[in-house]
Amino acid sequence: MRVELERRPQHSALFSAVSPFIALALTVIAGAVLFSAMGKNPLDALFSFFIEPLTEVWSLHELAIKAAPLILIAVGLSVCFRSNNWNIGAEGQFIIGAVSGSLLPIMFHEWDSVLVLPIMLIMGAIGGALYAAIPALLKTRFNTNEILSSLMLVYVAQLFLDWIVRGPWRNPEGFNFPESREFDPEAVLPELVPASGRADLGIVFAVVAALLTWFMLSYMLRGFRITVLGQSARAGRFAGFSATGMVFFAFIFSGALAGFAGISEVSGSIEQLQPVISPGYGFTAIIVAFLGRLNPLGIIAAGLVLALTYLGGEAAQISIGLSDKIARVFQGLLLFFVLACDTLIHYRVHIRRSEQSELAGEGT
Amino acid sequence: MESVALAEAILLTITTASTPLLLAAMGELVAERSGVLNLGVEGMIIIGAVVAFVGAFTTGNPYIGVLCGAVAGCLFSLLFGFMTLTLVTNQVATGLALTILGLGLSGMIGESFVGRAGVQLEPIAVPVLSGLPLLGPLIFNQDLLFYLSILGVVGVGWFLFRTRLGLQLRAIGDNHGSAHALGISVIKTRYCAVMFGGICAGLAGAQLSLVYTPQWVENMSAGRGWIALALVVFASWRPLRVLAGAYLFGTVTIGQLHAQALGFAIPSQFLTALPYLATIVVLVLISRNRRLTLTNTPASLGQAFVPDR
Amino acid sequence: MATEAPGRNANLLEVRGLTKLFGELRANDGIDLKVKPSEIHALLGENGAGKSTLVKILFGSLKPTSGQILWKSQPVDISSPAQARAIGIGMVFQHFSLFEALTVAENIALSMDQAVSLDNVSEQAAVLSREYGLPLDPKAHVADLSVGERQRIEIVRTLLQNPELIILDEPTSVLTPQEADKLFETLAQIRSEGRSVLYISHRLEEVQRICDWATVLRHGKRVAACDPGSETPATLAKMMVGSEVKQVARPTDFDPGQVMIETRQLTTVSRSPFSVALKAVDLEVRAGEILCIAGVAGNGQSELFDVLSGEELVANPADIRMLGTDVGRKDISERRLLGSGFVPEERRGHAAVASMSLSENMVLARHASDATAFLTGGPLKIIRYEAALDASERVIKAMDVRKTGPDPDASSLSGGNLQKFIVGRELDRRPAVMVVNQPTWGVDAGAARRIRQALIDLAKTGSAVIVISQDLDEIFEVATSVAVINEGRLTPAEPVASMTLERIGLLMGGIHGNTLEEDDDLELEAAHAR
Repeated sequence: MRVELERRPQHSALFSAVSPFIALALTVIAGAVLFSAMGKNPLDALFSFFIEPLTEVWSLHELAIKAAPLILIAVGLSVCFRSNNWNIGAEGQFIIGAVSGSLLPIMFHEWDSVLVLPIMLIMGAIGGALYAAIPALLKTRFNTNEILSSLMLVYVAQLFLDWIVRGPWRNPEGFNFPESREFDPEAVLPELVPASGRADLGIVFAVVAALLTWFMLSYMLRGFRITVLGQSARAGRFAGFSATGMVFFAFIFSGALAGFAGISEVSGSIEQLQPVISPGYGFTAIIVAFLGRLNPLGIIAAGLVLALTYLGGEAAQISIGLSDKIARVFQGLLLFFVLACDTLIHYRVHIRRSEQSELAGEGT
Repeated sequence: MESVALAEAILLTITTASTPLLLAAMGELVAERSGVLNLGVEGMIIIGAVVAFVGAFTTGNPYIGVLCGAVAGCLFSLLFGFMTLTLVTNQVATGLALTILGLGLSGMIGESFVGRAGVQLEPIAVPVLSGLPLLGPLIFNQDLLFYLSILGVVGVGWFLFRTRLGLQLRAIGDNHGSAHALGISVIKTRYCAVMFGGICAGLAGAQLSLVYTPQWVENMSAGRGWIALALVVFASWRPLRVLAGAYLFGTVTIGQLHAQALGFAIPSQFLTALPYLATIVVLVLISRNRRLTLTNTPASLGQAFVPDR
Repeated sequence: MATEAPGRNANLLEVRGLTKLFGELRANDGIDLKVKPSEIHALLGENGAGKSTLVKILFGSLKPTSGQILWKSQPVDISSPAQARAIGIGMVFQHFSLFEALTVAENIALSMDQAVSLDNVSEQAAVLSREYGLPLDPKAHVADLSVGERQRIEIVRTLLQNPELIILDEPTSVLTPQEADKLFETLAQIRSEGRSVLYISHRLEEVQRICDWATVLRHGKRVAACDPGSETPATLAKMMVGSEVKQVARPTDFDPGQVMIETRQLTTVSRSPFSVALKAVDLEVRAGEILCIAGVAGNGQSELFDVLSGEELVANPADIRMLGTDVGRKDISERRLLGSGFVPEERRGHAAVASMSLSENMVLARHASDATAFLTGGPLKIIRYEAALDASERVIKAMDVRKTGPDPDASSLSGGNLQKFIVGRELDRRPAVMVVNQPTWGVDAGAARRIRQALIDLAKTGSAVIVISQDLDEIFEVATSVAVINEGRLTPAEPVASMTLERIGLLMGGIHGNTLEEDDDLELEAAHAR
């Protein structure tokens, strides 16, 4: 049996729209198979993984908390990936954003003002942007592969955070635990509906960022420039767009959003710095970006889906004793299916059993 | 005499730290020479590590563990090959997916093995030669994977530059369209190259969980897959330079460990970050010479290929 | 018309009813072809007529949908290039199938089906290249070789297979006339040894000169088979195109207006190991003038285009003057705003983004020059796609662009139609200066004629036009003056009337050969001339 591809003359609008849904369906099927293999009833397991977390209000709040950083980071990454800049160090930018934003509530915790929170958020965004500017600088100045440099900086950022919460920023009243001072109330992101759950302003920021970025990508010359340079650097040059400028723009834009997500997360739901502040949001956001087809509106939906896998992992662990590691397996599988289904957009797929007989032709 | 013994011990740890990098980078080099950029090395290493550990732990035989690790790496690379070669998905994104899946799956497989004492892959002494002073214990009294890594590098060099298949593989990496026109099977060769990369990464993982630290720790690959990718660039896609690069990085890793042990007044986190920073520095130094990188990079690296039929 | 030449032996190769479908497209439609031993057989046809598809099938790179191939009267199924070589078919590709990073000997070894040591290959190649007068250094890297040398590798490695039929796909399109003459000598020698040649071309003159028999394809069908020697170029052209070929209306005498674009001692450094440095290029184009720059591919044409368009800036602003302004440090958008238009060589991925619609590709080239029409004011710069769509419709109408759907992706257009759109996109602005690189490369005759006429008409309205082209026929059709580029050096422009094919050929080949002393002589002569 052989798989043969035939390039479509024009990309398929139908498959552009449905390919993420096919991918989701395939992931669910793969999940059912996986659960059965582990000796669980697949329907029960799928229920507690994907449905149960949506049945209670407090749990929806948790969903928003998890989705906010994913959406913020993925929106930034969509600009990067569209312009063919492979920033995979968002996790590091998230951490550095959190650290630089925390400077104010940790070092100057006596300062009590309504300005504390806005300044923190801005500093977080700046921190993330500057950290992301490093791979951009190395790429434009020295031709250094940005995938490797941005990724290496994740490890550096993680170690830096580890050092700072165990060393200079360790809570003086914290019984030697490796964590920073807890933030004062004015440095904490307000909750949306405190009566029903913990969800904070983070999700609002995320949705606003997605909408603004969507507007830029769809209507503004800036967005057109991003797409052109991503499709063909040569054509971009012909159009008079600066490729170097775009590298910096894409990295700084996504770094700022990742840094903003970092400080929002710390300020909103952790309220102090700890050695580990992210369950891999920066990497999961890559999946969110692709599942959302690099479209900020799609990313809002995709962010909620991936947030659900985090919650589902926790829920399945409690209710049916599954490993919470399974969430990451799901995320990995989902990305595979998303990428595989995207092939349908540009190609007709033929599966041939022998030279002559054509088994199934997909697409139109 | 004591200082000789100490030097010997240090050098031995350096070979242990360098071997996984060498194995993984050597496999990736072959894949990239054929024009395939597999960014999933980290994922293949970690899956190799966990499967090798479980295989050795359940059978008690480390060699079965090594075999299991190689098979796991190979299966993972096949998944990558199917995606990028058959379905022509984006190689960068697919490599990331492989890493994410590998980290997740390995965590799940290894969950019940965390903290268990593993099975160590014991050294095999080469008769006579292992008696040589210094060189004997260093080179001729090592484990199977060390021998494989050294022989592998020599073998890869011979294969790429002295055999017809190696010439065809390099030709595909240079220009897949022309290779196809000449009747060389681009996809088949690339599948083989990718699988070789997967086997090597699986062996690198096995080395981590059976030699380097014979136990299972989550995320124990700690970015070695990415460093291996950087090593290939650093080595300008040449096998012997990969050997040099891997030992350079092994030395940095061991150097920072010893510095930590000696209690330098530098926070341990900064020392731990050294290999990662060194990777960036090395990449900058090598890639700033655009002319050099342009002439050495396989011209079809990372590009999708769909043959006319 | 398709009678067999009498008194010959059985056919070496016979093709019956060969059909190849790509989706709905009938690239080959029931083609018949007969090649005799010791025959140079021309396969004539326009771009897109199906010539390349047919020979790819004969060489086993493509599988036919239906039809039969007979080799020495036996039916054969050629499933791979290796099998084609095994039965005695060799092929020299149009876009060479060489590997830049490998040596000459390695390239040759790759096309041999048995494992042979590299030393052995070098030796055999050396013997053959002496025999056929095709000098080659087996240890040289292909990346360092000229186009002519690369073709020699292709021919030598094909000859090493000792084939009975050699297929050459548009071999002279990249050669100087003198190099082509040498190739014809080699082909005559090959024929005299009893081998046959299937010679693909759209150049009538050379087909008439060297070919014994010709099969003509049009739209995938065989439309005629004839002895080209007993035809005229006009009748052959009619067979190829299907109707009388309209001649381009030649530019009449023009009054040179003021200088619109000029460069002074323009010198660049090569940016990559594969690019050519420009060396003291002087050119000057006046209103109404069409300067054609001839040259063999890879002699600095794209580098010259890049600095003229502003995709690459030069160090000194005064090195390039355009419409009275020093533009050396001004980027492409600023130069467009001054009133110039540019058409690069590559259609997909340079002049247009293949995956974008035509209206988006309109914005691509004209967002700066037509900012008031295509963008809203203010810092947001929102794109007005309806304005771009109107402009795109206008261009489609003016240039007769054939398309499917209302606003299709650029990738869905044929090469000729996309090129008409790209040229029309600039003409629509009536640029005062127009720089075009290889305007009709790989474009069918109808589209080529239309594009050439449009350039001539533009010059008539008082614009200055620079056409960089490898196609000598095109140059003699449109030029008012001609210069030749060779290894980054540009010869002084001369009026087209005083130019001959031979002279251009000599200039294209580097004027005085390749040796150092002669090069020095050239410098001396140039010094004297000044």
